[in-house]
Amino acid sequence: MSEASATLVAHRAAQFDDAAQQRESSVLGMWLFIATEVLFFGVLFAGYTFSRVRFPQAFADGGARTDLLLGSIETGILLLSSCLAALAVRDVRFGACRAAGRLLWGTAMLGVAFLVLHGVEYHAEYGEALVPGIRYHPSGHPQPAMMIFFCLYYAITGFHSLHVAIGVALLSRMAREASRGAFSADYFAPVEVTALYWHLVDIVWIFVYPLVYLVGRST
Amino acid sequence: MKPSPPSLRSQLLTLAALLTLLALTIVLARISLGPLNVAVALAISACKALLVMIVFMRIGEGHPFLRVVAAAGFIWLALLLVLALADVYTRVPLPLP
Repeated sequence: MSEASATLVAHRAAQFDDAAQQRESSVLGMWLFIATEVLFFGVLFAGYTFSRVRFPQAFADGGARTDLLLGSIETGILLLSSCLAALAVRDVRFGACRAAGRLLWGTAMLGVAFLVLHGVEYHAEYGEALVPGIRYHPSGHPQPAMMIFFCLYYAITGFHSLHVAIGVALLSRMAREASRGAFSADYFAPVEVTALYWHLVDIVWIFVYPLVYLVGRST
Repeated sequence: MKPSPPSLRSQLLTLAALLTLLALTIVLARISLGPLNVAVALAISACKALLVMIVFMRIGEGHPFLRVVAAAGFIWLALLLVLALADVYTRVPLPLP
């Protein structure tokens, strides 16, 4: 038995017939998790939809107070990081494990950059007294409804940032393992599944962006 | 048969398309279109999400059950939103007795 096939067998759990079946099961499991995540964020989006239909003006006033420039840069960062994650999976499928490791580090670093920029945003909002319950000067029409906008803003972006932080931890671990050459063209499910999770984080943000940052920009 | 890895060109073109859509949605958000603003912004977001799912997440590869599971999440979300909105739009607030 060659060294490569020995690692392959070591990675295979007993309940699977072969490596391909194991990989398919991993990917299916991740898609199942993604479906539950869609519903997790979906509830927050449903609350947002309900409140925005009731109080369109307050949501426009609230959206206009968010930082469009930073929000757009964050969106660009996440889109770029998603592409890097996809390229890492591509590389590892070609057997270029160490190149994939570098791409995964890059993806994780972009995730850190996203978190830093979001921290800057939260800090500025604290300065502007836009944090309900902690430091908040009432504004918008009607005033209590703009508070709902900001509560939803912190809930949605807060949970999203938590997902980004978890993603950064997972990506860093995958990057470290890939740099050691732990994956091959026959065994790359951990990288693939982590990348799928990262794309989910990206997709959630793709919908957060217009609902938070692009509201009330045309008036 | 194992599906072949995607080409570098397709991934980079997708990134370019995503960033172009991002620029487009910023420009359109600044033009007053009335209620169409939110519809256009969400349509562009849906296009971006589909691009990510098809090209980056390779949803077209693998067992068809993957597509069923992925669609199930979004269909339940659509049900949630449609029924919640139906409630908001059709219910008349009752006056206090």
